[in-house]
Parts: sequence; structure tokens; C-alpha cells
Amino acid sequence: MMTMKFIQGGFDRRAVIFLGLLFLIAAVVSFLNLAMEPGSTFHISSYTVALLGKYLCYALLALSVDLVWGFCGVLSLGHAAFFALGGYAMGMYLMRQIGTRGVYGDPILPDFMVFLNWKELPWFWYGFDQFWFAALMVLAVPGVLAFVFGWFAFRSRVTGVYLSIITQALTFALMLAFFRNDMGFGGNNGLTDFKDILGFDVQADSTRVGLLLASAAALAIGFIICKALVNSKFGKVLIAVRDAESRTRFLGYRPENYKLLVWTLSAMMAGVAGALYVPQVGIINPSEFTPANSIEAVIWVAVGGRGTLVGATIGAVLVNFGKTLFTGILPEFWLFALGGLFIAVTLFLPKGIMGAIDGYMAKRKAGKDSGPAAQPQEGD
Amino acid sequence: MARFIHSFVFFLALAWAIPGLAAPAQAQAADDDLRAAINQLAQGGFSQTAKQIQALAATGDDRVVPALQALLAGKLYFKKAGKQVFIIEQASGGYALTDPLTGESAGTLARGAVKKIRVNNRLRRELKAALGSLTLLSKVASVRMKAAEAVFKSQDPDSLEALDAALAKETDDGVKKAMQEARAAVLLKTDAPEADKLAALAAMEARGDRDALSIVIATAAQAEGALKAKAEKTATSIRQTLELWGAAQNVWYGLSLGSVLLLAAIGLAITFGVMGVINMAHGEMVMIGAYVTFMVQEVIRTSMPGLFDYSLLIAVPLAFLVAGAVGIAVERCIIRFLYGRPLETLLATWGLSLALQQTVRTIFGPTNREVGAPEFMSGAFEIGHLTITYNRLWIIVFSLVVLFSLMAVLKKTPLGLQMRAVTQNRRMAGAMGIRTNWVDAVTFGLGSGIAGIAGVALSQIDNVSPNLGQTYIIDSFMVVVFGGVGNLWGTLVGAMTLGVANKFLEPYAGAVLGKVLVLVFIILFIQKRPRGLFALKGRAIES
Repeated sequence: MMTMKFIQGGFDRRAVIFLGLLFLIAAVVSFLNLAMEPGSTFHISSYTVALLGKYLCYALLALSVDLVWGFCGVLSLGHAAFFALGGYAMGMYLMRQIGTRGVYGDPILPDFMVFLNWKELPWFWYGFDQFWFAALMVLAVPGVLAFVFGWFAFRSRVTGVYLSIITQALTFALMLAFFRNDMGFGGNNGLTDFKDILGFDVQADSTRVGLLLASAAALAIGFIICKALVNSKFGKVLIAVRDAESRTRFLGYRPENYKLLVWTLSAMMAGVAGALYVPQVGIINPSEFTPANSIEAVIWVAVGGRGTLVGATIGAVLVNFGKTLFTGILPEFWLFALGGLFIAVTLFLPKGIMGAIDGYMAKRKAGKDSGPAAQPQEGD
Repeated sequence: MARFIHSFVFFLALAWAIPGLAAPAQAQAADDDLRAAINQLAQGGFSQTAKQIQALAATGDDRVVPALQALLAGKLYFKKAGKQVFIIEQASGGYALTDPLTGESAGTLARGAVKKIRVNNRLRRELKAALGSLTLLSKVASVRMKAAEAVFKSQDPDSLEALDAALAKETDDGVKKAMQEARAAVLLKTDAPEADKLAALAAMEARGDRDALSIVIATAAQAEGALKAKAEKTATSIRQTLELWGAAQNVWYGLSLGSVLLLAAIGLAITFGVMGVINMAHGEMVMIGAYVTFMVQEVIRTSMPGLFDYSLLIAVPLAFLVAGAVGIAVERCIIRFLYGRPLETLLATWGLSLALQQTVRTIFGPTNREVGAPEFMSGAFEIGHLTITYNRLWIIVFSLVVLFSLMAVLKKTPLGLQMRAVTQNRRMAGAMGIRTNWVDAVTFGLGSGIAGIAGVALSQIDNVSPNLGQTYIIDSFMVVVFGGVGNLWGTLVGAMTLGVANKFLEPYAGAVLGKVLVLVFIILFIQKRPRGLFALKGRAIES
């Protein structure tokens, strides 16, 4: 039912272009990496493939942030926590796959546990040798955490800045906890030295391409879900909650339920992004939990355009591309650039790139029709 | 080794004390005599050495103590050529020699070139007695005190005699008490009559520290009958005292941590609490204050070293001005465009904090900068079993002074009145002729300036690095939110509660987990009371 409606109404031109472009890029890059000889002018290096895969994971994270911030008014400064938890779930699966190939050659215990003199696997590591279980946990752990957190927070009507600050505290607390060696997640070294995923070597070119395609698919699916959600009647209520929560409540809706559902969904999407991110970068450690990462994800969304979905993904790719570029050429200036970006976007580009494009289009149209253009209402 | 260091430190203290007592020429002559007497230790067999030890003890001169202690520890050697005596330490490629009298280094020698002065059990007893009487009868009270403490630790029955002799002569009350405690500790080890032991237990109870407890427990394990019962009772009583002091110590540490949190949060209580601006660059204002302190100390070090003790006093107003100026600039250039859009403010100020960090990193480098402590900030004193360091004490005092001055500014000055007017009803305040823009800028500058002052204090206990602010920003927000936005008393109570809670959790959960638990607690608390401990009442805040 929802899908039908979506295909009829929600699949606007922009969404089609976005999905088409996404698949085109993923397909072309995969082809040029695998089919072309290294050394050929058309060959794309595995490094680029992994980098692109990483960007797509960030784009999915940005999408999840945009869903709650852009459509529900919940500014999360803790989405890195869900991202990292998904990453850890995947990392645990990958650790268990190492088996006897670790430095200590223990068939069950990961290296860091042998190093810490642990005798047996902690209970929360059970099951992670099965991919299906790990995949389930990638969704369940961030989902359950977000549900519990959101259930308390939304029910007691913690909103706005307060919510942002406690989400930041959440990820900060998790970071501190994961830095401890006795937590059983590898302490500050995290989980690394992965060998196989589903029996394929994580270092192999074909696996990297596979992961890139998986990331692209995840992004596409996430995008379609988000788009369907916000275009439905449910989405209309969400926007009402964002723009006037009290009024929505007085109209008989329960804003907390709407928020909770979207919040949990968003956390699960962030978890998937993290899970796909880990095999491509080859490590997950507690620094992924830093509040700074969460805030960076928010700025991707702000750059691309809050509440536009497509904009969020574009923002994520652009900012990270800039980061790669800057840290390669002028590493000390990256923070200046990023800091300046935060300030410039909030001051001069409050609706982001997509908003600016929309504004330009509206102006041109208004010029043609010579009538007043409808101004979208500003919310916070 | 520990004993050697002990004696060495002790010796250094003496080296300072002695020259003042004797005229230089006399000292020279006495030095030569002593040196000759010490060198005699290398002559002859055990009985000869024993006589020599007695002779040295008879001089009553503290300066022979290091030599005797080294002999006891088997570290006194003599050069085969010339039979000169030295204290040795193992060093790479041989022995490092130290002059037994002056404590000066005398180079290194190959193993074959020196010979150990051997001691047997009789000599060891002789040495202990000699050392005991030498140190316990020293002219310097601190030396006697140390000697008494050493006897207390060793509980060597041989030193009882020397202790009694010393007690008879002792005039200093503190030293006398230490000696009595030492005597009691020794008595409990010997087979003294039960009445004496019971009295000794009472002395242990009066002392009431961990050392006393272990002695009492050891006594309880060996004794029988009434003595055992009494010892066990004493042990329980000491344990209770210790627990009480432990709790007091935790409270102190907690208040100390709380004062740090308070300092970091006061500025935020203004910018966030009063103005409602989410200033993520608040931590960087703290950092700027710390770097101002560093700069002030650098200038003082290079141009007028005499002023070093006043460096912090100079740094406080400077840090306030610099951080305040940065704050006003930030308000005029960025924040004023974002009023009413708190989430955008949050992002912009976060970006600002990144840029400020990187600026400081570019100018001063990424490594920690050394900020020294002036005289009045260093050292510690004891209240009962509580060790209180001066820097922590001053920081607590300082944080309270800052808090109350700020309250006075808000309540008693025209500026404070205008600030409150603008935050309560901006348009009405404007209609009354208050320049609201100007008040905004000044309020933000005030908050930032106070953060700068906090930086001066925090530079004393934390590393001054570009990341200094990052470590405090989340804590500061927690304090303000927990205490209740817009309420300085709430900030005070919030900071102290969180500080003390943190320190009480630490022994059970460890430092990191304790902090995690506190964060979780705050998260839950905000669910229950979204506006903090001391929430402002009324409709205005609901908007």
C-alpha cells in the first residue's frame, strides 16, 4: 500500500536522479576497478573503492541524522554511538572469523582476550561467529538502545537543546565505557586485524567492490524507506511535530510515539552504516564514539540541506571528500576549514546546498510567474 | 635501596642544617676528624669495627649516620688503595661512589678496586643501637621525629633502650608523642607485661592510622585472653575511625572535583543559563585563559623572575579581559545572528571551538605547556588523617569567590539589573531604554571572561594543551543542566553533588566507570526533571 503510493507520488524527479546516479557511480567504479588492468588510465584503485565505500556509509549515517533532525526536529548529537555500536557488532563477527589465524592462534578467543589472560569468551560474544546473528545485532543493539533512551526521553518531553546535550552525554559515556579493557571490546585498541567476511578475504579487490555495492544498496534502501516514510501521512505528522509539537499534541496525536519510531529507525540505519563501514576501513575503536563525530555528522546534513534527504547524502560525501583532500594537502588547516564550514553554513546557508538550489529555482519560477513564491516555514 | 634514599634525603637535610651551627674553620677540623674516624671502619676485624662504631656513636654527630646506615645495608666499601671509605651504588660498569660525609658523588670505580666492609649479626645490633641513639638524640627535632617514625615502622626491640633514653630527654611535644607511639609499637612486639601492652594498645588507638591498625591486628593474632579481646576491640575502633576519615577524604576529593566543575561551569551558567546560548566554544574560552596564564608566566620568567609568585594574580584579570574580548567578538560576529535558533548556535559555536583549538595549536604547538605553581599553591598540610594540598584548597576558595562575585554582579549592579531585564523580557527592556544589543554582547563577554578566569585555575591542575577545553565542555553542560538552567545556586549544588558522587563511586566502580555511572544518572535525572534541580517556575520557560 505504502509502496504503491510512494511509487505514484513520492518518487519525484530528484529521487530518481539520485538513485540512478548512485547506481551508475557504484557500477562504473566497480567495473573500472575489476575489469581494467592496474596501470591502465581507466583503472580505479582499490584505495578509491574503499574510500567511496566509506563515503557511502557516511552518507547513510547522514541520512539517518537527517531523518530525525530534518523531519522530526530532534537534533541528535549521539548518532555516532549508534554508528559505532553497529560497527562493533560487525567487528565482533569479523573477530570471531579470524579463528586460529590470530597472533596467539586461539581458536575461540580473540587476540586481545588472550593477551588480557581471559580464559573464556564473555557471554555477550556468544553467537557472533554466525553472520545472521551479527547482522541481527547490528540492527538490534542500536535499535534497543535508541528505543529505551527515546522512550524515556520523549515521554518526559525532553526536547530541543536538552535532548541534544543528553544524546551527547550518551555517546560520551559509551566512549568512556568502551575505552576500558574490562568491557571486553578490546579497550582503546578496539577490534582490528580482520581476515574474512562471509568467507571472502576483506583485503581482496572483489570483496572491496562487493562491500561498496552493499553500501550503495544499503544507502538506496535507506533512502527509499526514508522517502516513503516522509511522504506518507505519517511523515506529515512528523513534520507537524517538528514545526509545532504542542499544537500537534492538542490535535490529538501522540508526538512521543511518532518521535520514538523514527528515532529507533534512524538509530538502526546508523547501525547498518557502521556495520558496513568497519570491514571497509578495517578497524573499529572507541574513538568512533567521540561526540565530535556525531556533531560532524550533523554538519554534513546542514551543509547538504536539512530535511531534504538527498542533500544529507550529498553533504556527507562533499564534506568527507573535502576532508580527504585537505588532510592530504594541508592537514593543519582541516579543522579551520571544518570550523569555518560550521559557522558559514549556519550563518549564510541555513537551508544548505539543496535549500539554496530550491531557493534559486523558486526565484526563477517566481520571476516567470511574477507571483509571490511560497516560503517554506523555518523550524528549529 | 629505600633505606639508602631515606638516609640520603635525610643527609641532604642535615647538610643544610649543620653549617649554620658551627663556624667554618671548626667545621673543617671536625670534618677531618670524622672522616678519619669513618675511614677507621676499614681497619681490622669485627671487634675492631665494633669499637669504631661505638666511637662514632659517641661523637653524637648526625653526620656519621649515612655511613652507619650504609654499613648496615652492606653498601659501605673501601678503596683497596688508600683504604678510604665510600658509600657505593651499583652502576653500569662498576660501582658509583658517594662520599659518606658530604654525600657528593666521587666517580665510579671497577668492582675489583673496592672491598666491602663486612658485618656480622653482633655488628648489626651494634649498628642499630648506635643509629637509634644518634638519630633519636639528634639536636634537630625533625630528625628525631623521623627516627621515632622509623622505629615505629621497624618495631625493632633493640631500639627500646635508645628510645627510653631519648624519651627521658625529649622536650618537644610532637616528637615525644611520636616516640611514645614508637615505644608502644615496640612493646607490643616484645613480651612486656600485660598492663604495659594494654596501655600500648590505647596509644595505638589514639594514633588510629593504617600502620597502627596492622600492628594491633598482629597483636590480636598472637595475644590471648583479655589482651586479645582488647586488641580486637581496638582494631574495630581504629577501623571505624579510618572509615570515617576515608569518607571525609572522599568528600574532600569530591568537593575539590566539584570546585573544578563549578569553575568550568560558572561561565556557562551565564551564557547558557542566563542568555540561553548553547556555547560549545565555552571550553575553548577556558583554554584561552589557561594559555594566558602560560604567557604571563613566560613573560615573567624572561623579564622579571621576582614576580613569579604573583603570576596568577596578574593572569586572572588578563585572562578575564582576553577571553571576554574574544567572547564579545564572537557574540558580535556570529551569535547575534542566531538568537532564537539554539540548534544552529550549537553548530556554529562548535565550529568556532574547532577553529579556536586549531589556532592555539598552530601558535603554541600541540604539546602540553608547562605552567608553574607559585609558592602559596604548592605543598600540603594535614588535618587528622586528611592530607589537604594547597592548590586544591585555593581552587575551592577561588571557585566560590568567583561564584559569589558573579552573583553580586547580577544582583547588585546596574549591569546585572539590565542583564536580567533583557533575559526576562527583551522587548520591554528595550522599550525602557536598555540597549539590548549592548547588554547581550556584555553578558556574553562576562560569561566568556569568567571561563577565562577558570582557565587560570585549571592550568594549575590540568595539562595546558589545545584540548583542555574539550575535557570540560560536556561536564560543564551536565552541571548546568543538572543544577537547573538560569540558577547560579543550582550550578553550585550541581557541581558539588556531581563531584562528590563521582568520588564516592570511584572506589567501587573505578574512575572511568564511575564517570559513566554519573553520566547515566544525569541522563535519567533529566528524564525525571527536565529542567534540572532548581528549575525556574513559570510559563516563560515553556516557550
